[in-house]
Amino acid sequence: MTTTQTGLGTYLERILKRHGRDSGRLVQILRDVQAEFGRVSAEAMAILAERLSLPIGDVESTRDFYSFLTSEPTGTYRILFSDNITDRMLGNQAIFDHMARRLGVSRGVVSADGLASLDYTSCTGMCDQGPAILVNGMAITSMTLRRADQICELVRSRVPVAEWPNEFFRVDHNIRRADMLLGTDFTPGSALRAAVAMGREAYLAEVKRSNIRGRGGAGFTTGVKWEAARNARGDARYVVCNADEGEPGTFKDRVLMQFYPERVFEGMALAAYVVGAKLGLVYLRGEYLYLKAPLEEKLSELRAARLLGDSILGVDGFDFDIEIHMGAGAYICGEETALIESLEGKPGRPRIRPPFPVSFGYRGQPTVVNNVETLCKATEIALHGGAWYEGFGTKQSTGTKILSVSGDVERPGIYEYPFGVRISQVLDDAGAKNPKAVQISGAAGQCLTTREFGRRIAFEDVPTAGAFMVFADHRDMFEVARNFAHFFQHESCGFCTPCRVGTRIQAGIMDKIAAGHGTQYEMNELQHLREVMRTASHCGLGQTAGGAIADTIAKFREDYEKRLARKDFEPAFDLDAALARAREITGRDDADSRMLSDA
Amino acid sequence: MLHAAATPARKKVRIATTSLSGCFGCHMSLLDIDERLLELVDLVEFDRSPITDIKHCGPCDVAIVEGGVCNAENVHVLRELRANAKVLVALGACAINGGLPAQRNHLDVGDCLTRVYCDRTGGEVPDDPELPLLLDKVHPINEVVRVDYFVPGCPPSGDAIWKYLTDLIFGRMPRLEHPMLRFD
Repeated sequence: MTTTQTGLGTYLERILKRHGRDSGRLVQILRDVQAEFGRVSAEAMAILAERLSLPIGDVESTRDFYSFLTSEPTGTYRILFSDNITDRMLGNQAIFDHMARRLGVSRGVVSADGLASLDYTSCTGMCDQGPAILVNGMAITSMTLRRADQICELVRSRVPVAEWPNEFFRVDHNIRRADMLLGTDFTPGSALRAAVAMGREAYLAEVKRSNIRGRGGAGFTTGVKWEAARNARGDARYVVCNADEGEPGTFKDRVLMQFYPERVFEGMALAAYVVGAKLGLVYLRGEYLYLKAPLEEKLSELRAARLLGDSILGVDGFDFDIEIHMGAGAYICGEETALIESLEGKPGRPRIRPPFPVSFGYRGQPTVVNNVETLCKATEIALHGGAWYEGFGTKQSTGTKILSVSGDVERPGIYEYPFGVRISQVLDDAGAKNPKAVQISGAAGQCLTTREFGRRIAFEDVPTAGAFMVFADHRDMFEVARNFAHFFQHESCGFCTPCRVGTRIQAGIMDKIAAGHGTQYEMNELQHLREVMRTASHCGLGQTAGGAIADTIAKFREDYEKRLARKDFEPAFDLDAALARAREITGRDDADSRMLSDA
Repeated sequence: MLHAAATPARKKVRIATTSLSGCFGCHMSLLDIDERLLELVDLVEFDRSPITDIKHCGPCDVAIVEGGVCNAENVHVLRELRANAKVLVALGACAINGGLPAQRNHLDVGDCLTRVYCDRTGGEVPDDPELPLLLDKVHPINEVVRVDYFVPGCPPSGDAIWKYLTDLIFGRMPRLEHPMLRFD
């Protein structure tokens, strides 16, 4: 063994020890390796596989699955631009090109001196204060050309990211409308005390009485979920907080994790109290790395206050603690079974359901997976009771909902409303300028046009996980849909063919139309493809990947048609360019070696 | 089986067929309709096809295309068929997806040619203008012309081809269901 390998082994040993040599923590281990070495090399994988007793193929497939883990070295400064449509509308591409020129790097290629690499990444959840970037995993908001210049200077002078000006990393909460959750004070421990005073059964009855439904999008009744997990057979039970807020345009969970963490953690403790869990896991998306240290600190405070740990509030047997797991750049991990796979150290591929996590979840045990906002809501029910809670919102959607408003509005940010609020009211409150469309619940959601602004946010009408992206009348909805098409192509986990191939063909067709080569044939293909993906895909990603395109075709057809070629058909590629390599190698330039694309 | 045999007055459907970058397996499968060939010749006549050895096709009703598009000649043939046929059918895996020949798509076509012609024999890459120039990638035919129908299979069975053709000829919506609809 060479000295460098010995050195590598020692470093890896330290990382392995930190994670208790637990192969279930492989994603966390690989994240640490990536942070330490700027990549996860084949040598490092071999050592990890041996010491964790895993087949090397498992380590490799996990590494290759997550976009923040790389086999090749990234730049010492790895700069990733958030590429949600809202970032684009704020001009991120011009800033990207400017930085690429200043640093002398092109997209996805490390500079010759190994100093910097520049690329795009999926939405980083800073839509209300974009354009946003990540530098070595740390979020930087409100990018301008000036700020880009400053960053280029810092990179060239090799100043460590930790020493960069604090204002770069400032993340505002932008709370514009606070209601029962965001607008009330909360004393840590008060909700737990109230629940313990009631007793397990009585508190669960209150949760069921409140009719609270999950805030992650699907809207499953929380009380039913908790009861099912409590009743399921198992050796251990787990509570998982889904803070993998990857849906483009959503950033409410970031605000809750940053400014209301004690409620999130207390909500987890409440769930644990009901189902009898000893361990809670927060799955925090990799883009929110800057939250990890403050959250760890908050957990220590709660432990010191005896609100986490053994015999919480002096209740015998109420032992509960929380660990934070980081994601590594995979949208699909927001899907609860993919999230559990990722928690277990595997690639985040959705499981086949049933069995559902309440009976077969983390490490095969009954597991409650709740959204961040849902867990916060659980504290309100403990404090005020189910009947009180049920008084807010609509019949089937009780309580309030937090919306992440971004795009063409005067006041982007966080808005909390009782369920049932009309789209038009949100638009008025946020100061929307001549809105043409609203994309509700992100790329996977639905696109509403002016005629639908009277509809209401509620599971009965327009369900949402929280994203609310506004597009003014000068925006081109085709470009919006094309952005989403590329997002889904990038984020498809590759497990099932309809989604893996479908999202790719879909993005290809959108590019063809964008280049002016699309015809009616492509329009038909898009609709056909959408049906194939919707009906045949394994999970929600593929099932919804064609939705935004179908919606925009139905409602903003003119944005597509103005690009269509006035022809029956055009080839999918440049025929003459496709012959160029063979021309070069044969040295031919005769008439037959040339071809016109529209002959 | 086809009972509504064509009356002598019925105009025969004119069909052109070709194998582009394929293995002729789909054409062999067409012959696999066995004795139904006799019924078929009552219903159709062939224009350009390996069966007739006609080199260029004229106006026809149906063009059946086996194989993907791998070189300039494939493009010309395919375009000629598209320009002359009312209905163009992609027959089999290669026409639909590129199939086996598309296995070369992850290689550089220039490297392939030098490896075969120069490195092994010490010769040169042939540059005769008679030879069709290779495209850098093998493409499914729907990336070059508009396609009306796709009949999957590698190859589609004789029964599937017969079912499809008779549906088309008698004006029914062509429909293949399990077990005829298969991709292997």
